[in-house]
Amino acid sequence: MKRFLGFVKKEFLHIFRDFRTLIILFGIPTAQILIFGFVVSTDIKDAGVAFLDLSKDEISQKLSDKICSSGFFKRTEDLFNYNDINKILKRGKIKAVIIFEKNFGRNLISENKATLSIIADGSEPNTATLITNYITAIVADFNRELVNTSGAGAMLVQPEVRMFYNPGLKSHFMFVPGVITLILILICALMTSVTITREKEFGTMEVLLVSPLRPVQIILGKVMPYFLLSFINVILILLLSWFVFGLPVKGSLVLLLAESMLYILMSLSLGILISTVSSTMQQAIFISMIGMMLPTILLSGFIFPIENMPKIYDWVSSILPPRYFVVIIKNIMIKGTGFLYVWKETLILMVFTAVFIGLSVRNFKIRLE
Amino acid sequence: MKKTVISVKNLVKKFGSFTANDNLNFEVYEGEIFGFLGANGAGKTTALRILSGLSSPTSGEVIVAGYNAKKDPEKIKKNIGYMCQKFSLYSDLTIRENIMLYGGIYGMPKTLIIKRTEDLLDKLSFHEYSDRLIADLPLGLKQKLAFSVAVFHEPKIVFLDEPTGGVDPITRRQFWEMIYETANRGITVFVTTHYMDEAEYCNRVSIMSEGKIVAIDTPAKLKEQYGAKTVEEVFIKIARPDNRPHPLPSPSRLSGRGGNWVGIE
Repeated sequence: MKRFLGFVKKEFLHIFRDFRTLIILFGIPTAQILIFGFVVSTDIKDAGVAFLDLSKDEISQKLSDKICSSGFFKRTEDLFNYNDINKILKRGKIKAVIIFEKNFGRNLISENKATLSIIADGSEPNTATLITNYITAIVADFNRELVNTSGAGAMLVQPEVRMFYNPGLKSHFMFVPGVITLILILICALMTSVTITREKEFGTMEVLLVSPLRPVQIILGKVMPYFLLSFINVILILLLSWFVFGLPVKGSLVLLLAESMLYILMSLSLGILISTVSSTMQQAIFISMIGMMLPTILLSGFIFPIENMPKIYDWVSSILPPRYFVVIIKNIMIKGTGFLYVWKETLILMVFTAVFIGLSVRNFKIRLE
Repeated sequence: MKKTVISVKNLVKKFGSFTANDNLNFEVYEGEIFGFLGANGAGKTTALRILSGLSSPTSGEVIVAGYNAKKDPEKIKKNIGYMCQKFSLYSDLTIRENIMLYGGIYGMPKTLIIKRTEDLLDKLSFHEYSDRLIADLPLGLKQKLAFSVAVFHEPKIVFLDEPTGGVDPITRRQFWEMIYETANRGITVFVTTHYMDEAEYCNRVSIMSEGKIVAIDTPAKLKEQYGAKTVEEVFIKIARPDNRPHPLPSPSRLSGRGGNWVGIE
């Protein structure tokens, strides 16, 4: 045990002395989270909207104030006739134009019905969809208020858009689980495969194998620090997503951490497997980066829903472990479900881990022969 | 009668249909410097891996430091030191950290590690470097240090796999002085080398060719037996018996004093 601890300490020294390793370990995850959160964010914040109020009554005023005070929209311009709409949308600063019909307030009171038109800039389809969804949601809210205050059966529009789990359609809710999934498998597999092939390349592996340390101890000793640091990474990402983006963990934190440990373990064994088939660090890096990053981003369901893929990609993605972890983590973090809903995925990850370890041991034995 | 520390009887190692070691028989005695020579591909490395417990023999009996290589490779590993061709210390650790690491791996008690580390730094006059990273050291010093680390835990046998590759003649000379000093302490030195002049420094040498040991004796007796002036001539006669009896007009061998160092590849 003492031998082993000395060996683990050495591995920590390697990590802390190598600035690049530290950057990869902690810099990249932090940067990824922040970049995904702020830059790639598909949320709406202070989106410019223009109003064409043909009615100019109390109710239209109230509704447009409500839209603008939501924080999502900013009243950038007031228009006076239809001809301006095209012109202003072309300029690009305005994402949508909101039109109150003539006699908006009067229609609402007398006919219990008034029309609000939303014209969004369709050249950015995602943003356009989001904006229209947001506005209809605000209008629906306004309707409710009207009913509550006046008691009249007033209805403006009938927005049947309702978002489960992500009412604000907040995009962090989608990418935080994805980023955790991506980062853990990348870092664990990449780092372990590189650190083990490094010993092979430099000839120190030979000396270690001749020493009384058992091969299992060597591998565990090399992997242990990365296990700990990756776990710290998970906590770091969760804290970041909580404090910076206000995304809490809805389900059990203990379960989430336990599942993360399983996933880290799986990724580490994948790294060990990669190290047994590559003889140089370049090779290990290549396999880990190309072989894992792209499929994880594209096929794990992290960004693009698996349900929309052609069947063949669905099959391909079913041999990718990240696919299952994305499901687990989304369930626990966002929907707040318990173990009963993710046991199948958990089992699959365990099988992956066992298979990777088994294959590594086999390859390792062949090499020693 | 000298005490035997390595005993190899009828050792055979096969990889599929290829026989890397074909019925090897030899003994190595305590405190001896044993040169293990052979051209590349002759089967030296395979035999070395079996002796150091890294690989298991196909058949035959191999006893190293009193343990059977097939049954107890782990016990063998505790009793041997090993230094390989490639430089094997960690260049991002300091000299002291490297020594501590290997001491720890071999299960030495901490107080002993600290004491021996000081002794070693004294001996090599490395004190001023002790907290520098290995990466900053010149190759000669690195090799000396690697050797010192290989015998740091006072093993019964130390295996050196072409330890002096790429080192300048003066350092090589100093290196061999360290080897002698180690052998005098009773540690058996088992060394493979390409440099035939180094073979002259060994107490006994064996020469391998195509998986077999074709000659084994003291350098003096081998030279006498083959009517050769140097071990290199003996080696050429044995390893390449047919094509050229006297391939090179043997260049002057100035063993260790800065002459030509010819590696037989």
